This record gives sequence, structure tokens and C-alpha cells, in this order.
Amino acid sequence: MSTHEVSAREAKHAHGHEHESGHLAHHFETLDQQSKSATLGMWTFLATEVMFFGGLFGGYAVYRAINPESFALASRQLNVALGSINTFFLLTSSLTMALAVHAGQTSNRKGQVRFLLLTMLLGATFLGIKAYEYYEEFEKGLIPGLHFNSKGVLQFPTSFSELAVRRTQLFFIFYFFMTGLHATHMVIGLGVLGTLAVLAHRGHYSEEYYTPLELSGLYWHFVDIVWIFLFPLLYLIDLHK
Amino acid sequence: MSTASTASAASGDRRPNYLNVAYGLRSWLLTTDHKRIAILYMITITFFFFIGGAAATVVRLELMTPQGDVVQPEDYNKLFTLHGVIMIFFFLIPSIPAVLGNFLIPMMIGAKDLAFPKLNLASWYFLVGGGLFALWAAVTGGVDTGWTFYTPYSSMFSNTNVMATAIGAFLSGFSSIFTGLNFIVTIHKMRAPGMTWFRLPLFVWAHYATSLIQVLGTPVVAVSLLLVGLERLFHVGIFDPKYGGDPILFQHLFWFYSHPAVYIMLLPGMGVVSEIITCFARRPIFGYRFMAGAVLAIAVLGFLVWGHHMFVSGQSMYAGMVFSLLSFLVAIPSAVKVFNWTATLWKGSVTADTPMLYALGFIGLFTIGGLTGLMLGSLAIDVHVHDTYFVVGHFHYIMVGGTVMAYLGGIHFWWPKMTGRMYSELWSKLSALTVFVGFNLTFFPQLILGYVGMPRRYYEYPPEFQVLNVMSTAGASILAVGYLMPLIYLLLSLGIGPKVGHNPWNASGLEWEAASPPPTFNFDETPIVTGGPYVYELGGGVQREHA
Amino acid sequence: MTDHTAAAHEHEHPTVRAYLMVYAALMVLLVATVGLAFLDLHVNFLVSMIIAVIKATMVILIFMHVRYNEKLVWIFAGASLLWLIILLGLTLNDYQTRGWLNILGK
Repeated sequence: MSTHEVSAREAKHAHGHEHESGHLAHHFETLDQQSKSATLGMWTFLATEVMFFGGLFGGYAVYRAINPESFALASRQLNVALGSINTFFLLTSSLTMALAVHAGQTSNRKGQVRFLLLTMLLGATFLGIKAYEYYEEFEKGLIPGLHFNSKGVLQFPTSFSELAVRRTQLFFIFYFFMTGLHATHMVIGLGVLGTLAVLAHRGHYSEEYYTPLELSGLYWHFVDIVWIFLFPLLYLIDLHK
Repeated sequence: MSTASTASAASGDRRPNYLNVAYGLRSWLLTTDHKRIAILYMITITFFFFIGGAAATVVRLELMTPQGDVVQPEDYNKLFTLHGVIMIFFFLIPSIPAVLGNFLIPMMIGAKDLAFPKLNLASWYFLVGGGLFALWAAVTGGVDTGWTFYTPYSSMFSNTNVMATAIGAFLSGFSSIFTGLNFIVTIHKMRAPGMTWFRLPLFVWAHYATSLIQVLGTPVVAVSLLLVGLERLFHVGIFDPKYGGDPILFQHLFWFYSHPAVYIMLLPGMGVVSEIITCFARRPIFGYRFMAGAVLAIAVLGFLVWGHHMFVSGQSMYAGMVFSLLSFLVAIPSAVKVFNWTATLWKGSVTADTPMLYALGFIGLFTIGGLTGLMLGSLAIDVHVHDTYFVVGHFHYIMVGGTVMAYLGGIHFWWPKMTGRMYSELWSKLSALTVFVGFNLTFFPQLILGYVGMPRRYYEYPPEFQVLNVMSTAGASILAVGYLMPLIYLLLSLGIGPKVGHNPWNASGLEWEAASPPPTFNFDETPIVTGGPYVYELGGGVQREHA
Repeated sequence: MTDHTAAAHEHEHPTVRAYLMVYAALMVLLVATVGLAFLDLHVNFLVSMIIAVIKATMVILIFMHVRYNEKLVWIFAGASLLWLIILLGLTLNDYQTRGWLNILGK
């Protein structure tokens, strides 16, 4: 009995006719299929990242919802100016990253290297400012643990319950974990971009094949989007009060 | 019989296949061929299965007598933790997808490989790496938190190797995510011309649904384990009441994944069963679209029910009611599948080949497991049977009576395709029977034990529970024999089993078009598909090639 | 058969001008985010989240090319968002409803 009614095969060879590009992997039929698969694969990976950060956002949401006053009080201790400046640098790095990918699409080798390096510079600046913020917070005694608030920078109103007092420390645990995880992702991103800059300099990417640039762009923009949400959620809680 | 592919079958003996195309350790450890990676996985998970089984053996030995007289209580905790961690993360979750899925999906859709072959290899290395961490944790002192790592015990009080085990599970999670990612992109992008979604075998649909769960759920348990690790490292954490944290938040994050995880373990088995039932009843599946829709529904609904593991945890009762209702909903697509398999058998031409024995066993045992699941999903009943052997019996009916039977059935069904050899029919049927008898003797008493109140994770119990415990241990020893038998006769078949052609079962499916074992690139030319799956003439007999 | 260049970029892509316009909008929204946070709007949280969503949408559609990608990419991006909402929603459902049923301890 026949199976899938497999009829006469096309005279298509296992090796694609676009093989002369050298970029087509053996198991794909066309460059288009390959690059669409790569994009889809990257978006699938980003979905996992959304859920990974999502667990932390979920925890944050729970505690902020049940003790909003604790989080608001704690948030006052963060440096809004530095946070805003950092947001500016990161958003700008997203622009330069998009332009780097665009340089790939237009076979602009110099542009690729230039914009990749610029993105790395902006990213490193972000991390530098973040490190300085951490140092500031350490100096103020805001690292959670035994010596939390040992310098007394947090003054609790009398309306605060015991639990509310404790939950200000929870805010800082989330602050350090979430920005720390974000920073870790940026460090990895810098490593990837550095590698790409070297390869771009050697002329690996052109409008025919710039997939690694596109995929790294997706990753970098994702890290930017995480920060777009982290910034108001951590720095701007009830600032008007 | 088959069509133009007989040409490749006839010459298949002389052309290299994926097994003999290259020799040497490097050709295996650096392979990107999905079929070789499947074999690597098969060896790896078999190894872990027997380690997890060894832990269970000691547990059951201890439980033969009411007193704790075989191991110390701390060691008992480490043993059931090891059993759970190894069986879930390093056997059940990879099993069918990483072995059968990896091997068959490209072939079933007419592709030469998965979308990302190197990622596939990386995924195997992550499993091995994670497993080594878990084993190292086990031999250097073990971990006693239970595979569920509940806080605050795991984050603050346990003095055992929590971090190392958590890292092991974390790494295995990457393996799972990469496999799922690979399958999703492959199924979307690499189907042969004419292979539309509704012409896909249900095995592929099941793995697609499974992959969705792997990709969307695993990261959440990863972050929850990361948080436990950070809390152990820095002594501050978000689950610690000292800082205003809630230990139950860990349970939310943990079970958000771990409930869907049970569907990662179950759905691929359902896919296998659909392939086997259709072949050995010589009938197309009843209600193909509902079967495809059902696996998707299970995957999606499975994400909405996790709180049914937390009914008595301190979760709000209102939330408990919501989760209970949703849990009842997820039973519906599962039942649809059982009805449709039954309808497929109706007036079919059924033969009792070994794969069919396993598939039929699956349907019956999964039904029992599912019904006990509904009982657990009822708030009032769960208050009494939570943390008793009723739960243990329930999930073993699904995981062992379901998934393991499906895995074994699938191995027996596709063994000739993977190896080019057939095993001894007598021994395989004997072993299937042994497994079935041993399984029920092991786990049915546990359902009763839990119902009458024996708690789980206890190394001693009141004397009135001994009879049922002895029955369970006796069953476990029979089950162990049943599992050891395939190890022997399947390995023997590699040397002395009769060689088979490309379609010894006369089954429907693109994978049966290729030679047994298949060549590295599966097909000489990309197949063009013009019809649906399960092309079996109603009432036709099975023609056996090697009969 | 097909020429490689057409196969290589399967979608049109944004122009440099489009990127710069999105960037300008992001800058304006950044100023708005910080500025509005200092004003008492009673719905500050909602406003800051809406602005963040707008920023993220622009980054996704233009910087990440989703506007020019096949519909499947839209579905994947949307699915991740939906799953995040499921996680947040059902977890908050527990915490926000504790004490609702007037039963001791629940």
C-alpha cells in the first residue's frame, strides 16, 4: 500500500543551485528559507528570554501590588538622573545597532564596523554608569543583607507596618537582581558585537548574507526593551509624591 | 506496496547509511546528523534511566518494612530526590522528543535535517553537562529537598548540594529549550513541497505542541532555580520572609513550568501512540483534526492550571477554585484523544505486535492516571490526598504507564528503521507483558495507600500499610526485569537480528520510504507530497516483509 | 533561477530616515516618561506603562523589522507577550484574592 503518494520527484539536486554563494547550508533549499528560519529561531529564543525576565517581573509585580508604599519609598533612593541618562545611552545604542544591520543590508563594510563599535561604546558607557550607581548604592548602605540601611538613608514613616519596612529591602533585592541580569545580558551582547565587528572588518557580511548582524540586532533591541520597562518600574515609582 | 522508493531500498544495502558512513569517536561526538544525535541521546537517557531506577530500587527496599531500617532518614530524602530529579530532567523530558523526535521529524516532513543541526548537538551536550552536575551532586553528598526544591528549605536551610543540582537542572533546561526551538522552526520552515500542516503525521503535531511548552515554560523554572541559587549564595532572596518575601512565590514560578512539563513528558507519547495505533489497526486515525487540535489545546490549557499543585499551600482559596476549574478543562482534550484512538481501533484489523501492546497499554493506563488526576484536581478531595501516595500513584500512572510505555512502544516500532534490524518477537512481547503486570502491581497499591492516608516522602509508616507496600515492591522488581529485558534483546538484535528492508511493518509515513537504516541525508531527492498521512486500506491485512 | 540578492533579503527594510524618526520619537517619549513622573496624574503608573509599551512597539516594529517580516514573526512576538501576561495574571490572581472568601486563613 502506498504511503504519502510520493509522485515523480523533481530533478532538484541535494545541493542548492545557490550553492555558489557559499552561505547556503546543506540542509536548506534556498537562502531565503535559511534566513527566514534564522529569524524565526531568534524570535523563539527571544520568547524564552521574555519568560526568563518575566519570572522576575512577576515577582516584582506581586510584591509591589501588595506593598506599594515600600517600593515607592525605596525607589526614592535611586539616582533618577543617572537612570535617565543611561536610558538615553541605551536607546541611542539601539539606533546605532539598527544602523549597523542596515550597513549589512547595503553591503557597507565600513559602516558595519563603525556602527558596531559605536554600539559597543554606548553599551559600555551604560555599564560604566550602572557600575557607578551600584557603588553609590553601596556607599549609602542599600545593599540588602546584614548591613542594609546601616547608614539610615531610609526613613520609615510611622504608618509603615513591620512587613512594609521589610519589603523596602525586597525592592532592592529586585533592583540588584533585575539590573544585574540585564547587565549580564549586555556583557554577553558586547562580546557578540565585538566578535561581529572583527568578522565585519574582514568582509564577512554583505547584502547577500548579513544574518548574524540581523540576529544580534534582535538580541540587542530585546535587551533595550527590557530596560525600557525596568527604568520606569524601578526608578520612577510615585515620583510625584 | 511502496512506490518509486524501492529503488533506493534495493540499493540501500550497498550505499552507506548514517551509521556506517563514518567511524570513530569524533565522528559521533562532533556529528550534526539528527539521527546520530538521536542515538547519542538514546544511550544517554538509558544510562540515566537506570540510575534513577537504582534510586527507586533502594526506596522500595526501604518501604518493604514499616520501620526505617535500610537507610538513614536523611539518605532516604536524598534517594527520592535523586530519583525525581534524574527521572524527570534527564530521562522523561528528553526521552521521546530527543530520541524519536530528533530521529524522525526531519524524515516525516521530508527534510534533510533539522533547521539548526549544530544547535541540536549543543542541546545534547547541555543534557550531558547538566547530568554530570547532578551526578556529581549526588555522589558528593546528595540533595534532600525533593525534586521540587521548595523554599524556604532549599534556599535557606538545606545543607546539601542544592546549588549543584539546581545547576544541573538549569543546564538540562537549555537542552530542552534548544530542542523545542529547533523543532518549532523546522516544522514551520522545512516541510517538503505538498506537506501542508494537515498532512503532517500526528507525531509531528504532538512534538510541535510539546516544543511550544518547552520554549515558553522552561525559562520560568530556570529563573526560579537561579533565584534559589542566588539566595543560597548571597543569603538574601525574594522568597525569604525576613525581607518580606513569600515562599509560595517560588511555588508559583516553579509550577508555572513544572505543570506544563508533565505535558512535555506526555504529548510526545500521545504522538507515538497515534502512529502505532493506525499502523497496527490498519486504519487512518479517527478525527485527525480534533487530534491535532487536542494536543495544541492541552499545551495551551496546561499553562493555566499550575495552582492545582498548591491547593493547600496557602494560596488564596479563590485562586484555588479558578485553577481547579481550569484543570477540569484540560481533561477534555485528553479524553477526546482517548475516544478517538478507541474509535480508530473499532472495526480495524488489529494485530498484537509489540508496539501495539505498548500503545494499548498506554491508552488504558493513561486513562486511569488521568481520572485520578481529575480527583486530585477537585479541591475537596485534594485536601485529603495531597502529599500522599495517591499523588505518587497518579503521576506514575501517567509518566510510567503513559510516557515510558509510549517510549518503549516507539522504540520497538522504529527500531528496524533506526538500526536496520528486527528484534525477537517472542522476547519483546514477553517483556511488554512483564512491564504491564509489574507496573500495575507496583502502582495500583499506591493509589490505595494514598487514599487510606499514607504520606509520601516518608521512610517509615504505620504497620497496617505494610501489605500494600510489599505488593508495590514486588511489582517494582517485576517491572525492573521487564525493563532489563529490552536492553538485552534489542542490543542482541544489532548483532544477530534479521536485517529488514525499508518498511517491515508496511506502515504509512515518509520515514518508511527511506532505507533502513537511512542514509545521512535521508532522501535522495526532496519528496513531493500529494496526500495525507495514514493511508491504510480499511480492513487490509498487514504484509510483513520478513515474515 | 532566482537571483541571490532577492533571496537574501526576503523583506524590504526601513530606511535610515525611518530609523532616525523612530529614534527622535523615542527621545521625546523618554523626556515625557521622566517629566510626567513628576506630575501627579493619579494614573501615573498606567501612563508610564503605556509610554513604555509605545516605545517597545516602535522598537519591535521598526528597529527589529517586524513590520517588514512575515506574519509568523508577528505571531511569535505576540505569543511571548501573551504568555508573560498569563504568568503575571494568574500569579497576581492568587495574591490579590487572598482574604476574599472570609474563611479563616484564606
